[in-house]
Amino acid sequence: MAHRGLLARLLVAVERSGVRHCYTGSRQNLYIDKATKVICQGFTGKQGTFHSQQALEYGTNLVGGVSPGKGGRSHLNLPVFNSVKEAKESTGADASVIYVPPPFAAAAIFESIEAEIPLVVCITEGIPQQDMVRVKHRLLRQSKTRLIGPNCPGVINPGECKIGIMPGHIHMKGRIGIGGDPFNGTDFIDCLDVFLKDPKTEGIILIGEIGGNAEENAADFLQQHNMGPNAKPVVSFIAGLTAPPGRRMGHAGAIIAGGKGGAKEKIAALQHAGVIISMSPAKLGSTIQKEFEKRKLL
Amino acid sequence: MAASLTLKVAGSLRKGAGRPALGPRQTQMVRIIPARWLNLQEYQSKKIMADHGVTVQRFFVADNSQDALEAAKRLKAKEIVLKAQILAGGRGKGSFTSGLKGGVHLTKNPDDVGQLAKQMLGYNLITKQTAKEGVKVNKVMVAEALDIARETYLAILMDRACNGPVIVGSPQGGMDIEEVAATKPELIFKEVIDIFEGVRGDQALRMAANIGFKGPLQQQAAEEIQKLYSLFLKVDATQVEVNPFGETPDGQVVCFDAKINFDDNAEFRQKEIFSQDDISESDPLESEAAKYDLKYIGMDGNIACFVNGAGLAMATCDIIDLHGGKPANFLDLGGGVQENQVYQAFKLLTADPRVKAILVNIFGGIVNCAIIAHGITKACRELKLEVPLVVRLEGTGTPQTGSPSPKNRQMNFVPTISI
Repeated sequence: MAHRGLLARLLVAVERSGVRHCYTGSRQNLYIDKATKVICQGFTGKQGTFHSQQALEYGTNLVGGVSPGKGGRSHLNLPVFNSVKEAKESTGADASVIYVPPPFAAAAIFESIEAEIPLVVCITEGIPQQDMVRVKHRLLRQSKTRLIGPNCPGVINPGECKIGIMPGHIHMKGRIGIGGDPFNGTDFIDCLDVFLKDPKTEGIILIGEIGGNAEENAADFLQQHNMGPNAKPVVSFIAGLTAPPGRRMGHAGAIIAGGKGGAKEKIAALQHAGVIISMSPAKLGSTIQKEFEKRKLL
Repeated sequence: MAASLTLKVAGSLRKGAGRPALGPRQTQMVRIIPARWLNLQEYQSKKIMADHGVTVQRFFVADNSQDALEAAKRLKAKEIVLKAQILAGGRGKGSFTSGLKGGVHLTKNPDDVGQLAKQMLGYNLITKQTAKEGVKVNKVMVAEALDIARETYLAILMDRACNGPVIVGSPQGGMDIEEVAATKPELIFKEVIDIFEGVRGDQALRMAANIGFKGPLQQQAAEEIQKLYSLFLKVDATQVEVNPFGETPDGQVVCFDAKINFDDNAEFRQKEIFSQDDISESDPLESEAAKYDLKYIGMDGNIACFVNGAGLAMATCDIIDLHGGKPANFLDLGGGVQENQVYQAFKLLTADPRVKAILVNIFGGIVNCAIIAHGITKACRELKLEVPLVVRLEGTGTPQTGSPSPKNRQMNFVPTISI
């Protein structure tokens, strides 16, 4: 599925309230590179440890982690701190990745927002919706911290920095996985805005799923910002064409509600905005390749 | 009472009807969703509401006709309503295997209640929403029947478009709210609630007025709305829907029926509520899967799927369909899956007689492919797998050069790398 050139793969559920928030000002924090200093919350836990080891092997600039009560120790040859504030003061961290279990994950996100960590990636699946509603309320009214997730695989700038659980070796440039929860920190539009403006991004792959109307909103956004001769090719796969209505397909947000949120409608909306739809995720690579050829971008 | 009622506020697609998609303005309106989450009986929901101070009809629950009779007498009500307790809807128009017609009965005579209950308890109630053989009735609700002078609609839900709680109401209650939304959207009212502020007094009063409560009833309705919101937060509901939210002739505001959807993710802190989950009317395979924390949804086909990650699971079903096959199920193993769960999942899939082939599609991020491989080979050896098995393992835990080597060549096993 990996493809030549600079492609971005977006896994997202979009919510847009229609009200402009200063939160959009934090979109540029989505950029990461080998200089990005990353800390890990839930550092000494099983998942935190395993994925921190993976990140270090990949070359991510991991500078320490947070594990309340274990501050002062060393883990994986890196310092452990009692709080995000301490960690930031000591390391100057630019980003935090959260591997904290659901009962405490929202509090972990709040801690990072308080400490004004520029980028927070929350991997945790299963955070109560009410908790995330509170997080989102806080998030939308500030602009220092950008959240990706929760329930997401993370963000990767291949060869430079990997924040999350995706296996590194399969990736080529630029990818953000935003997750399947109904209330989350970063949506399609946030990512599209960044990738459309990024001169190094030549094409975009957008992966969506049933539930909500994120993809429809993304289609609207593309109609406004990605038409005409300079439009970047966008290829998309929408999961859930075969999903039975009324059932929650694993992800908290993946449900077709009374005729809305279905894959067909999303596909139609995206096609209307000039997006090429691939009917299988396996064909995304070849589809965008064809698009590049068609537009003589190769 | 149907758990499967579909509701959508503000002119939009009806279930199955081909209406044009909503424009951007309309998609900002809230969407009520039916969901097969935690299953609670009506009496359980009403008890939760009563415990939180919400006004519901006085009621008792009985599991034998003698208790039903005594309950009817204890109520000292002018009129009594007797309701069979099953999860499926359509009770009013259903019929019992005892011959009794109607799952809901009104009577002024407590003795009737005993007689009727005898013909309900222990028998199956068949409705439009149950299987052909119906559902066994183990409990009945004996409640004070109240006249409804006016019916309104009220719901509270977490709305994605508004990033938080929203109260939705309409003076047109007691009927299909979707119909109202489609034909008279101006009769749907909405209040967006700030999660940290709660429902402001003026918001509750305005909603009460908008849905037609006048004079002293307005204050009463506003108070009920506050209590419902408080309940909504306390029990980690994703949706509380009251229909009808009614007005009695003698000036009471009562929640005559309610459906509460609970957030699965909050189970760890809502143990009391989740312990009441009634799985008796659920698909047995799905209930079995839930025991092992496997997210499983049965579908119609004959190709079983075994996938990690809900997005990939949905996509896998889509790909099977695209190539002319039919998926037998959706199954998301989840990130932290253990070998035992892999084994149990395999057991489940292979026990389904419709299954003619199994497709394993694993892309390991958090999941370690080695765990999957061990679990599958153990299951295959023990269960004497007879159907073809196609396995794709990629990601964490596989050698980077390609597919894992099958441990036992006697298995009918096709390793594959890419989908």
